[in-house]
Amino acid sequence: MKLYDLSELALRNLRESVLRNSLTTIGISVGVASLVAMVSLGIGLQQLASRRLQSSGLFDTVMVSSRRDLRGFGREDERNGPAPAESPALDEPARQAIEHLPNVAEAYPDIRFITELRYQDKPHLTTVAGLPASSKNMDAFDGMQGSFFSSDTAPEAILQKAFAEELLGRTHEADDNVNVADVAKPLLGQELVMRYAQRESSPPTGEAAAGPARASGGQASSGQAPSEPASSQQAAAYSVVSRQQTLKIVGVSDLDPESMRGPARARVFIPLKLAQNLHVMQPSDLRDTALAPGSQPAYTNVSVRVQSPRYVQNVEDAVKKMGFNAFSLIDASRNVRQFFVVLDIFLGIFGSLALAVASIGIVNTLVMAVLERRREIGIMKAIGAGDADVRKLFFAEAGVMGIAGGCVGVLLGWTIGQVINFGANIWIRKQHLPPEQIWSTPWWLVVLSILFSALVSLLSGLYPAARAARLDPVQALRYE
Amino acid sequence: MTSTPDKPSQPAASDAVVIQNLCRHYHMGEALIRAVDGVSFQVAAGDFVALLGASGSGKSSLLNLMAGLDRPTSGEVVVQGRDLAQLSRPELATHRLRTVGMVFQSFNLIPSMTLMENVELPMRFAEVDRGKRNDLAREALARVGLTARMNHRPSELSGGEQQRASLARALINRPQVLLADEPTGNLDSRNGTEIMNFIREFNQTLGMTIIMVTHERGLAERYARRMIFLADGKITGDELTGPAPAASTTLGEPR
Repeated sequence: MKLYDLSELALRNLRESVLRNSLTTIGISVGVASLVAMVSLGIGLQQLASRRLQSSGLFDTVMVSSRRDLRGFGREDERNGPAPAESPALDEPARQAIEHLPNVAEAYPDIRFITELRYQDKPHLTTVAGLPASSKNMDAFDGMQGSFFSSDTAPEAILQKAFAEELLGRTHEADDNVNVADVAKPLLGQELVMRYAQRESSPPTGEAAAGPARASGGQASSGQAPSEPASSQQAAAYSVVSRQQTLKIVGVSDLDPESMRGPARARVFIPLKLAQNLHVMQPSDLRDTALAPGSQPAYTNVSVRVQSPRYVQNVEDAVKKMGFNAFSLIDASRNVRQFFVVLDIFLGIFGSLALAVASIGIVNTLVMAVLERRREIGIMKAIGAGDADVRKLFFAEAGVMGIAGGCVGVLLGWTIGQVINFGANIWIRKQHLPPEQIWSTPWWLVVLSILFSALVSLLSGLYPAARAARLDPVQALRYE
Repeated sequence: MTSTPDKPSQPAASDAVVIQNLCRHYHMGEALIRAVDGVSFQVAAGDFVALLGASGSGKSSLLNLMAGLDRPTSGEVVVQGRDLAQLSRPELATHRLRTVGMVFQSFNLIPSMTLMENVELPMRFAEVDRGKRNDLAREALARVGLTARMNHRPSELSGGEQQRASLARALINRPQVLLADEPTGNLDSRNGTEIMNFIREFNQTLGMTIIMVTHERGLAERYARRMIFLADGKITGDELTGPAPAASTTLGEPR
């Protein structure tokens, strides 16, 4: 029998006992709906988690350090790769090379230094860090008061709220009890004076020997090592000059200096370009001078932002090939993904339970139909239907119920997800949090669910169809 | 070509049905039922044969064996040159679909389908083109005078009309042999006569071989050319009712 005839006969047979078949189909729908709702929840939670992780800036960042810096990120880093002395310097050309690697969005030096800041003529010692313009979108700045830097070179500062409290002369309270708006109000628009040590390059030749003598400013000192005459031939000399810079406070952020969220371990942030242009003396300068002095200042760390967490591993490998140490949190996120795979499987299994119950409903309905339609099956066989025709007919009936139930079920499951999502968001908004999409039903889940439902129904039809096909026509015709 | 009880003839190539020492035994509890027990006869192509006997004589079992609905315990049942005992299940289904047509006492139309759909059903199994099916079914129903009723369901029709529809269905795939099991058993005499006239017409104009089971001797004598009597699964008599079915007597004889 042709497929068209099969489906037509199957549909008309299903219509004949429409109530029973509808109930069975609703059973399948409920099964599919629970499967779709469960798996949608798993996928939604996974997406929510990865969205959160991505905006935290942790999972699309690779931290790069020079191997000359003896502190590697792990044992493995110390064992593999070139020896510290032979490895390249992490200077500006190296940074640019890293930035030109495929899939790298940006590579910026990690500039941080401890210095003195004066507010209303009172000195405060703290760590200042340069912040790239791209970090504006990080969720670390979600609760910030004021605004982000007006430009990448503006003499502006964003304070961490604990430091803001210190400036106001308050004693530090537990973080959660501090209202950011409270401490921000008196500080926004005020000025800070930052005093720092500038590294000032000198012409490399001739005057190298004079380096130590060229101390200007009270705190000046020299990094030049006189005991290494060979290297001192090419060595660049520099002086350290005391400078000061006035900064305008534009923002007070809520982020916690001890948290793992992004470059947040400093308490005062200034635009990255500004920080670079200041040429603040870095701790690594001294060490570089000892190892292989050069005219270019080297960076302690370079943060590499990758276009998508997907490429982090590639970028990390490429950076390692260049001879640097590289580190990312992608390993941690791998565990997170593994967790979600397990969660999805469990949710899928629980969701499938209802479908398993529904499949028993199909078996029951079709066995009943075989009994009821015994005579009809006998007639069909008498007028020339083969076993295969009869089997296919019952198969088609199971398949139609499965596909119909699958389609209705997907719709039902999606609706359940949306309704719960809506309800959850009402609650979330009451907690003054931004609404979230907890349920997510991707198109492949829709297609797979309908196919799965059809498959389960066909499997359920296996036994009744075989029973119908085996029916002895002589006995079936005798049956009234 | 027809055989008589005294002088059984040899099977001939022109025979539509050849039955040799056919047995169909089955168990009912402890008892062994010999529904068909060593039956041999031939039916010439284009003949009209009535199988007569009391109920339980084995005539319906014999018809089912010829229809390929049942398989013999032993012996041969050759219809249109093929021994049904040797055929596979799918081959038997094809035999029922194309070689024989069946009519039953209780009509056996599918109640959920209209007459049109009932008549069309064997063509679905035969995978006849959808475009042709409608015309063929219409034609077959017109032949038995049911054009006006073709969109009715069987329950809306009289017994005679239902049996006419089932005749149309039996003919739709153009079989060579029509097997009728008490076709007038549920009909009054007027409708019975009408049905028998249709069957005779098929025999004479289409040259179909007719084998009809009945217990009414009068009906058999009026329409059939040959009567085979059965009792307890055995042939007890085989007589001609009229002139032998000479090919010259009818038009549209096969071959």
